[in-house]
Amino acid sequence: MPDNISDSAETSHVAHPAYLRHHFNSVEQQADSTHFAMWLFLLTEVMFFGGLFTAYLIYRNWYYPAFVSGSHQLNVIWGTTNTAVLIFSSFTMAMGVWCAETRRRKGLVLCLSLTFIFGLVFLGIKAIEYREKIEMHHVPGFHYSLQSFLDPESNPEVYQEYHDKPLALDMAQHTELYFSLYFIMTGMHALHMIIGIGILAFMIFRARAGAYTSGHVTFVENFGLYWHFVDIVWIYLFALLYLISRH
Amino acid sequence: MSETIVKLPDQATARIPRDNFITRENGMLSWLLTGDHKRIAILYLISITFFFFIGGALAGLIRLELLTPQTDLMATDTYNKVFTMHGIVMIFLFLVPSVPATLGNFFIPMMIGAKDLALPRINLLSWYLYIIGGILVIATMVTGGVDTGWTFTTPLSTHYVNTNVLSTGLAVFIAGFSSILTGLNFIVTIHKMRAPGMTWFRLPLFVWAHYAASILMVLATPVVAIAIVLVALERTLGIGVFDPTKGGDPLLFQHLFWFYSHPAVYIMILPGMGVISEVISTFSRKRVFGYTAVAFSSVAIAVFGFFVWAHHMFIMGISNYAVLVFSLLTMLVAVPSAIKIFNWTFTLYKGSITFETPMLYAFGFMGLFTIGGMTGVFLGSSGTDIHLTETYFIVAHFHFVMVGGMLMAFLSGIHFWWPKITGRMYPEKISQLAAVVTFIGFNFTFFPQFILGTLGMPRRIASYPPEFQVLNVFSTAGATILGVGYLMPVLYLIWSLKYGAIAGDNPWQATGLEWQTQSPPLTENFIESPVMDHEAYDYEWLESQQQTANETEVTHAG
Repeated sequence: MPDNISDSAETSHVAHPAYLRHHFNSVEQQADSTHFAMWLFLLTEVMFFGGLFTAYLIYRNWYYPAFVSGSHQLNVIWGTTNTAVLIFSSFTMAMGVWCAETRRRKGLVLCLSLTFIFGLVFLGIKAIEYREKIEMHHVPGFHYSLQSFLDPESNPEVYQEYHDKPLALDMAQHTELYFSLYFIMTGMHALHMIIGIGILAFMIFRARAGAYTSGHVTFVENFGLYWHFVDIVWIYLFALLYLISRH
Repeated sequence: MSETIVKLPDQATARIPRDNFITRENGMLSWLLTGDHKRIAILYLISITFFFFIGGALAGLIRLELLTPQTDLMATDTYNKVFTMHGIVMIFLFLVPSVPATLGNFFIPMMIGAKDLALPRINLLSWYLYIIGGILVIATMVTGGVDTGWTFTTPLSTHYVNTNVLSTGLAVFIAGFSSILTGLNFIVTIHKMRAPGMTWFRLPLFVWAHYAASILMVLATPVVAIAIVLVALERTLGIGVFDPTKGGDPLLFQHLFWFYSHPAVYIMILPGMGVISEVISTFSRKRVFGYTAVAFSSVAIAVFGFFVWAHHMFIMGISNYAVLVFSLLTMLVAVPSAIKIFNWTFTLYKGSITFETPMLYAFGFMGLFTIGGMTGVFLGSSGTDIHLTETYFIVAHFHFVMVGGMLMAFLSGIHFWWPKITGRMYPEKISQLAAVVTFIGFNFTFFPQFILGTLGMPRRIASYPPEFQVLNVFSTAGATILGVGYLMPVLYLIWSLKYGAIAGDNPWQATGLEWQTQSPPLTENFIESPVMDHEAYDYEWLESQQQTANETEVTHAG
């Protein structure tokens, strides 16, 4: 190939929207590719949480009574509230995507802000729950206390609701495993929420400038996928961690 | 071509095209902030070579210590750190990214006729993650290293060792994400960025192999990430997922770890197999025999690879039924691997074979990988595994596959595509010599280890009974030859950057789309988006193309 051709390598530039990256042929190809990439990323997330769910599955089968007693120490009301908060946030996120697609800038900013607030509410409630666990010495590690399981009546609120029998010492020790899984799983989920909220803040800032309401909606759509994924993980966590003994 | 053609001066003397991806922009920042897959591939190439030599130096220390039966060169716990760091550097920082992140990064978009990978910024991010992981590993080494073995075995890693498990774990976690992003990028690119006419069964087998490896990267790596997070949390906060005193089970860690780390060996070897397909076809001037079978065998290896992990635990007390099933599944992997070897052999049959350096390395691969693979069957069958596991037989087995297989494939690919990457040829004679030296050195190093293993020499121990010394001296001597074999390419390839002969567009007369453009390629790879109108490895198409080109030249001259 003669080398003088290469100077004219900038091929005829057909007019295209500014957000079309140079290596794609069309906007459709770009949107397709980024959506596909997002789904693949969510697949890696499924495998990431999958490891934890595997551990949960095994230990719950081995130490069912410990897992039941452990779950009784969680506050189902807070858990249900948080589930509702997240489902609402998914709704506002979906509305946000719709607003972006129909180019409603104010609607988009409103929806994203509501999602942002719901996310913070979720984390706030989670913090309250964590604090309860710390006060009860239910955080695994050096300060873990078996008292609630060896002597259930020491915690009248929980006892009145469930009338748990005391666990044998070795089974009571396995409750630490339940709380290990509780903190890792909800902690990993909360980490994903924090990252999501950070991205939301950035998106609200950009959405006010109209970045997503001029036809380039893939970022909002992909973030929507992420947010719904984090939401679905919570729904599983809620059922598996809070509702063990409620058939 | 007739003698009457008058050539213009600038066409008569070959030279490197003025505008290419290397010369387009200058300065450090234009490299460090680039989105160009070719530049990122070169960043990767430099960094993995660096880590390869760190890992190699550690291997040299191991071999030096094993020269004598006593523990004399270093203390036993230093020895533990040395082999651990050797494993971590070589696996996570060299073998996993070696072919995919360099050659795959460079050539997958070109082979499918795209301008770039689908996600250029993610591609750059994956390099930065790799570098952060690498720096953390070096920092770990400098501040005292880690001695758990590269497998982070619990409860050793969570309760007993006093070394830097956390920083190493973080490094592996981050390098793992780099690998996930590379795999994700490849899958999206291969699905969405193919040129018109580039159907799935016209893809070069290199692309198929990378597709299969990418599936493994995307699905398996997150599992080791969470396993390492759990180890770190157990070590720092005292949670009990792997702690027997709290009801946890250390064997669960083995399951989670090997769920990644067994597929990881296919992440390492599959891209290498892709290189071999290209090289064998090009230097025997024949379409790869049984194209579809070779393509699907890559996918089959990826799929089977997910269901064999427990063969690493045959002696750890898993149930007999599990041993039976995993033993059977393990041996099944030999089937698609054998399909590849047989089909490459049939490709050679009645081909017009030439023995350029890439081909020599490819022959090395085929022989050594076959031995490595077959000994894998010994280890997959539980009866012999119980005798051979944790001995030098294991060490020899995986070095035959990884060093004899993967590293040969990597070097084969580097030589094969060097003219395309740099625009210059490597010196042929000395590189053929290097290929032979590598092969000889490799066999001297690792074949004695099979014998040592069957005699019962345990791995990961700094001393051994004196009767094993002869074979160990063989092995250490071989490692020296092997080291020379690896040093040679670095020297002459760097030399060739300035003094190598100009390669031209297609020095091997290969058929891939990457060869139908200038060397080094333009930043946008092709002047016009290519249209694929023929099958892969269609040498007749190539000849007809050249004939047409010559005819037009004649007409112009006339």
